[in-house]
Amino acid sequence: MSDNTKNLSTTATDETRLNTAVNIAGVELKNPVVTASGTFGSGSEYSEFVDLSLLGGVVTKGVANVPWAGNPTPRIAETYGGMLNAVGLQNPGIDLFVKRDIPFLQKYDTKIIVNVCGHTTEEYCEVVERLGDEKVDLLEINISCPNVKEGGIAFGQNPKAVEDITKAVKSVAKQPIIMKLSPNVTDITETAKAAEAGGADALSLINTLTGMKIDIEKRAFALANKTGGLSGPAIKPVAVRMVYQVANAVKLPLIGMGGIMTGEDAIEFMMAGATAIAVGTANFADPMATARIAKEIEKFMVRHGITDINEIIGCVK
Amino acid sequence: MDKKIKEQGIITATEQITSDIYGMWVKTAQIAQNAKPGQFAAIYCKEGSRLLPRPISICEIDKEAGILRFVYRVVGKGTDEFSKLTAGDKIELMGPLGNGFPLESENVILMGGGIGIPPMLEVAKQMKGKVSVVLGYRDAENFLKSEFEPYADVYVATEDGSVGTKGNVIDAIKANSLNADTIMACGPVPMLRGIKQYATENGIDAWLSMEERMACGIGACLACVCKSKEKDSHTNVQNKRVCKDGPVFHMSEIDLD
Ligand SMILES: Cc1cc2nc3c(=O)[nH]c(=O)nc-3n(C[C@H](O)[C@H](O)[C@H](O)COP(=O)(O)OP(=O)(O)OC[C@H]3O[C@@H](n4cnc5c(N)ncnc54)[C@H](O)[C@@H]3O)c2cc1C
Ligand SMILES: Cc1cc2nc3c(=O)[nH]c(=O)nc-3n(C[C@H](O)[C@H](O)[C@H](O)COP(=O)(O)O)c2cc1C
Ligand code: FES
Repeated sequence: MSDNTKNLSTTATDETRLNTAVNIAGVELKNPVVTASGTFGSGSEYSEFVDLSLLGGVVTKGVANVPWAGNPTPRIAETYGGMLNAVGLQNPGIDLFVKRDIPFLQKYDTKIIVNVCGHTTEEYCEVVERLGDEKVDLLEINISCPNVKEGGIAFGQNPKAVEDITKAVKSVAKQPIIMKLSPNVTDITETAKAAEAGGADALSLINTLTGMKIDIEKRAFALANKTGGLSGPAIKPVAVRMVYQVANAVKLPLIGMGGIMTGEDAIEFMMAGATAIAVGTANFADPMATARIAKEIEKFMVRHGITDINEIIGCVK
Repeated sequence: MDKKIKEQGIITATEQITSDIYGMWVKTAQIAQNAKPGQFAAIYCKEGSRLLPRPISICEIDKEAGILRFVYRVVGKGTDEFSKLTAGDKIELMGPLGNGFPLESENVILMGGGIGIPPMLEVAKQMKGKVSVVLGYRDAENFLKSEFEPYADVYVATEDGSVGTKGNVIDAIKANSLNADTIMACGPVPMLRGIKQYATENGIDAWLSMEERMACGIGACLACVCKSKEKDSHTNVQNKRVCKDGPVFHMSEIDLD
C-alpha cells in the first residue's frame, strides 16, 4: 500500500517521459490509439470534441472508387451492451475524399490511415493506386464488411481469396497495407496467415460480428438490411481472444479493436498482442472517448511503473 | 453560436404530463445558451448497457437561467429510465444538435403531430410575424396545447374526433380555412408527406423536421440518413444526414416517397 503510494508520487509528474509511441509497419504512431473505421467519418465532426493531434492516427470511413449510397434505413439498432449497424459502406467516392478529407486531416499532427472498400479486386486496386501519391501513411483494406453483398466479407472468409487480394493490393500499393480481418470465420488464424502469405504489412481485427435483432412488437427486423454488424463492449471478449490467437499465429503487427471503452480495455488488447488499438462504438457513448483512452493508457503506465508501452505488447502468453 | 458540447446537466424539475408523456428541465452550463428552436440534444442513459444517447428535441429554451425543457414519450428502456429521474439528478447530454427552424416568416402555420409537438413550442415563442398553430393528437389528451395559447391561435385535430377537427392536421387547416405563406412541421412521416403535398398544391413553402435512428448524432457515422432530391454536397450521394444537415429540411430537399 505505502509502496504503491510512493510509486505514484514519484512517477505521476513524469508522464512526459513515458514512451507511448508504437510502430506499425514502419510508421510511428505517437500513441497506440487510432479511430475505428466508419465510426469517426474523416474526423471533421469529432474534431469539435477531440484534438485529433492527440491521437496516434485517424482511420477514415471506408472509401470506394465511386460514391456508394449505402443501405436503406433503419441502419442501426442498439443491443445490450452493443449495437448493430448496416450502414452499407456509404461513402463519397475517392475523388471527393482525396480533394476534401485528406487535406483536412493533414492539418493535424496524426497519422492518416485510409480504409478502402470495394466489390471486386479491381475496385480495391483502383482506390489503392489513386492513393499512392497522396499524403497517406497507411492503407487499411476492409475485406470483412458484413453489410455488403459482394466484396467485403466474401473476400474475408476464404483464406485463398484473402491471400489473392492481399497480393493484388500489395502489387499496386505505395503505402504499407493493413488487412482488416473478419471475425465471422471458424478459425481466424487461417485468414490471418493467408494475409501474411499475401504480403500484408499489418493486420487489424476485429470487424463486426454478424447479428440480428427482431422488434417483437412489430414482428419485424430492427434493421432494413435484416442483419447487421455487432460492435461495442458486447464483443470485447471475442475480440481479445482473436487478437491473442492471431498474435501467436503471425509475425505482423496488429491493430486490435472491438468494444474498447476505456484505457484498461486498450491495455487488455495490447497484453493479448495488439501493437495499436482502435476505438469505434465508444465514440457514440462519449465523443471524447479517443483522447480520454489515450490519457487513461498513460495513467495506467504511471500507476504500474511502465515507462515504455511496447513492454506490454503480447506480455500475456 | 453553433458550438456543440457534451456536458453534465442538472435536472431542476420534472413533470408527468399524461400517462406516458413526461417532461424535464435541465440546467446546462452552455448548451442552453447555444440552442435554437428545432434543434435537439442527445441524452445519455445512466445504465451502461445502453450505449447510444437518445435524441430528444428541445421543447423550450431559457437562456437566462441556462435551462432546457425536454418533453418525451416513454417508448422503451431509455425513456423509461429518464422518466424515473427527479430534480437534483445529474444527466449527461450533448448539444445543441442539428440545424433548427428558420425564424423569419410573415405568416406561418406551425404544425405538430403527437410527440412531434414539443419542439414547436419554442418555435412558437420565438417566431416573428403572424403565427397559427395546428396540433394533431390521437385523442383528448391534448398535452402542451394550453402552453401554445399565449403565442398563437391554436387549432386541434384528433384521430378520434374528441377535440377539434376529426382527422389529421391537414383536415384542421381546411376546416378552419387557415392561410399562410409558410408551414413548419414536426411529426410522423405520413403527416409530413401529407403536408408536403398540401403545401405544394397550394403554393406554400414548408420546412419539415425529420426523425431517424442515430448513433453519433453529429454527422460522422451515416446511420441517420434520409433520401434527398439532389446529390448532397457532403455525402456525394442522394441522401442527407438528419442529425447534421437536418433535422429540419425544406420540403424541396427531401424525398418522402
Ligand atoms: C431528432 C429527433 C428528435 C426527437 N425528439 C423527441 C422528443 O422531443 N420527444 C420524444 O418523446 N421523442 C423524440 N424523439 C424520439 C426518441 O429519440 C425516441 O423515442 C427514443 O430514442 C426512444 O428511446 P428508448 O430507449 O425509450 O426506446 P428503445 O426502443 O428502447 O430504444 C432503442 C434504440 O432505438 C432508438 N430509437 C427508438 N425509437 C426511436 C425514434 N423514434 N427515433 C429515433 N431513435 C429511436 C433509441 O434512441 C435507442 O438507440 C426524437 C428523435 C429524433 C431523431
Ligand atoms: C457504424 C459503424 C460503421 C462501420 N463502418 C466500417 C467501415 O466502413 N469499414 C470498416 O472496416 N469497418 C467499419 N466498422 C467496424 C469498426 O471499424 C470496428 O471494426 C468494429 O465496430 C469493432 O470495434 P468497436 O466495438 O470499437 O466499434 C463500422 C462499425 C460501426 C459501428
Ligand atoms: S447519427 Fe451519425 S451521422 Fe447522424
